[in-house]
Amino acid sequence: MDKKNTLKLHIPEPPSRPGEEPDFSDFIIADAGTVARPDVDTPDDRLRDYPFTLIRVLDDQQQAVGEWDPQLSPDVLRNGLRHMMLTRAFDARMLKTQRQGKTSFYMQCTGEEACGVAQAYALEDDDMLFTSYRQQSMLVAREWPLVDLMCQVFNNPKDRTKGRQLPVLYSVAEANFFSISGNLCTQYPQAVGWAMASAYKGDSRIAAAWIGEGTTAESDFHNALTFASVYQAPVVLNITNNQYAISSFQAIAGGEQSTFAARAIGYGIPGLRVDGNDFLAVYAVTRWAAERARRNLGPSLIELYTYRVAAHSTSDDPSAYRSAAEATSWPLGDPIQRLKQHLIGLGEWDETRHSALEAELDAQVLADLKEAESHGTLGTAPCSPASMFDDVFKELPVHLRRQRQQAGY
Amino acid sequence: MARMNMIQAINSAMDIMMARDPDVLTFGEDVGYFGGVFRATAGLQKKYGKQRCFDTPISESGILGMAIGMGVYGLRPVAEIQFADYIYPAFDQLVSEAARLRYRSAGEFFAPITVRSPVGGGIYGGQTHSQSPEGVFSHVCGLKTVIPSNPYDAKGLLISAIEDDDPVLFFEPKRIYNGPFEGYHDRPLTPWSKHPLGEVPEDYYTIPLGKAKCVREGADVTVLAYGTMVHVAEAAVAETDINAEIIDLRTIIPLDIDTIVESVKKTGRCVVIHEATRTSGFGAELIAEVQEYCFYHLEAPIERVTGWDTPYPHAFEWEYFPGPKRLKEALYRVMEAA
Repeated sequence: MDKKNTLKLHIPEPPSRPGEEPDFSDFIIADAGTVARPDVDTPDDRLRDYPFTLIRVLDDQQQAVGEWDPQLSPDVLRNGLRHMMLTRAFDARMLKTQRQGKTSFYMQCTGEEACGVAQAYALEDDDMLFTSYRQQSMLVAREWPLVDLMCQVFNNPKDRTKGRQLPVLYSVAEANFFSISGNLCTQYPQAVGWAMASAYKGDSRIAAAWIGEGTTAESDFHNALTFASVYQAPVVLNITNNQYAISSFQAIAGGEQSTFAARAIGYGIPGLRVDGNDFLAVYAVTRWAAERARRNLGPSLIELYTYRVAAHSTSDDPSAYRSAAEATSWPLGDPIQRLKQHLIGLGEWDETRHSALEAELDAQVLADLKEAESHGTLGTAPCSPASMFDDVFKELPVHLRRQRQQAGY
Repeated sequence: MARMNMIQAINSAMDIMMARDPDVLTFGEDVGYFGGVFRATAGLQKKYGKQRCFDTPISESGILGMAIGMGVYGLRPVAEIQFADYIYPAFDQLVSEAARLRYRSAGEFFAPITVRSPVGGGIYGGQTHSQSPEGVFSHVCGLKTVIPSNPYDAKGLLISAIEDDDPVLFFEPKRIYNGPFEGYHDRPLTPWSKHPLGEVPEDYYTIPLGKAKCVREGADVTVLAYGTMVHVAEAAVAETDINAEIIDLRTIIPLDIDTIVESVKKTGRCVVIHEATRTSGFGAELIAEVQEYCFYHLEAPIERVTGWDTPYPHAFEWEYFPGPKRLKEALYRVMEAA
């Protein structure tokens, strides 16, 4: 080049902003049933097209098609529908409690219910879950009592974390559900370490971890993939691509030049991209990756392609940064509606039963809420403030004992 | 009893713990087959197998994230960070995760990990192989920090650290791996084999975390030191006629405040020495504690002798290093104060 070229700085821009029509034309969406299901022991180098397609089972008529159809029984599907609807009812009620000042903060998972519920079904109950803050549906699917979760949110005397955590950062050891961190991606290498420990001990349990697509930019994402690959850890690493990290659209995390599932290629592990609003596809893909891990065939990376319908949290207002019509026009629909229509198509469900279930679940959540609130809400002391000095260390050291005395306890 | 330098004592501690407990693993960069760049894990892979002593990718956050996950599972990992200067990529895993896991889950989960890492200068390591970051971690609640000053302590303290159910940072002053260093770089080094604290039992023993040791009794002034500076203090005091009491803190968190207070109340004077930079260093914390508990017993302002508030300069290592000369000056000032 004789003449010096003028350099230009690129800043990614979303296809639409508030007041504009949503635009999904850039999305890679394959037709349902068109992606082949490889054998679980297929070597990674024969799986390198998978990050660039989208595994779907439910077609536009919500019929199950193709090799990935997991052939789940109607009972399992109805249960899945129930757990997704229960999650949504739980979220709706908890959002209201935040508006009423009964908690400081809440995060819904609207639109992402299939990701959590179907993945919980595809994993074993004793597999260890290292989630982010939007997988409450996994606890619902593991049938952990909602009252316990509500009490954690309310920081009341039944809060098992003694009022120390931001609401929704649950910890439930008995449900093999790891304490959620507010710092992003730290759980990813931890899940790999847990999985390595399980392999070291000759255990049969695997680990699974979740982050959002925005968090793939964290160094711990790459640290975890490196370690998982090097030691072939029995772990399923998941990226919930719900298109947004608070207000930043997915291209700010690098989704414009490639897919998030494609990150796996450089690490020599399978990267699968799945319609996250398709209960059957999510189940099938997770089952595939879990079986691979369980058979000592190594880790997998799954990109759950979905849409964050609600705000990031109660502290967020999406109308300030994205088109209002995006959520309702998401090309892959709503996970609950889709599974409902699928069941109706099978002759295993109908509108009457659906309405009845909706009412039943709302009543259940309301009853649970009543019980949880009877133990107190935000502002009810969860326990003696003296307990704030406990658990920094296993034993209370001298300096903390003196500080506790100074605090008046 | 055997003659051991500090590396051998540390190796012996891990060897004993790996033999006693199949849940003890050790790993880090170059730790496996090669046995570590300072040889601290030499022979452990051969003895205990690749699954219990192995090399890791160059990823400190990955190493400690993995260690935490293993700890949560129920193992007792001992992770090596090759130089403390390299620990910063793992800061989030230490500060936000290991340190807070027990607290945030109200005891449901915890990470009983030990993080070994060489600290300090005096080896021509330049600014990226000489740092002493203990003060940074002392500011974080939930981490224990140990800094041994001799082979005997190193072994007993490391065994305690591995057995401890809290995350422990075990900082090894690399300048004293081979022998006690008094701060005179131009004099020959006395190897640990000629020092009484190089006599180390071959079997299991522990030294409790959080207990300081008085290494020299005295009545005039209390010198608070840890790691390499214990030897600098002994040398400096020996060159004066000051009857100083020297306390080796051994563990800075938890701090053995009672031993410190008892000594300063007796002597009425105090000098703090550490190799790390001065501003917001652990010395500042020590001075604050001492004045809080001992103010009416003090006969002079408390002095601190530290590294300068600069990076560790390669060519001016000995101008940077807080050696006996600077400590003696501080001791004289404190003694002369009214």
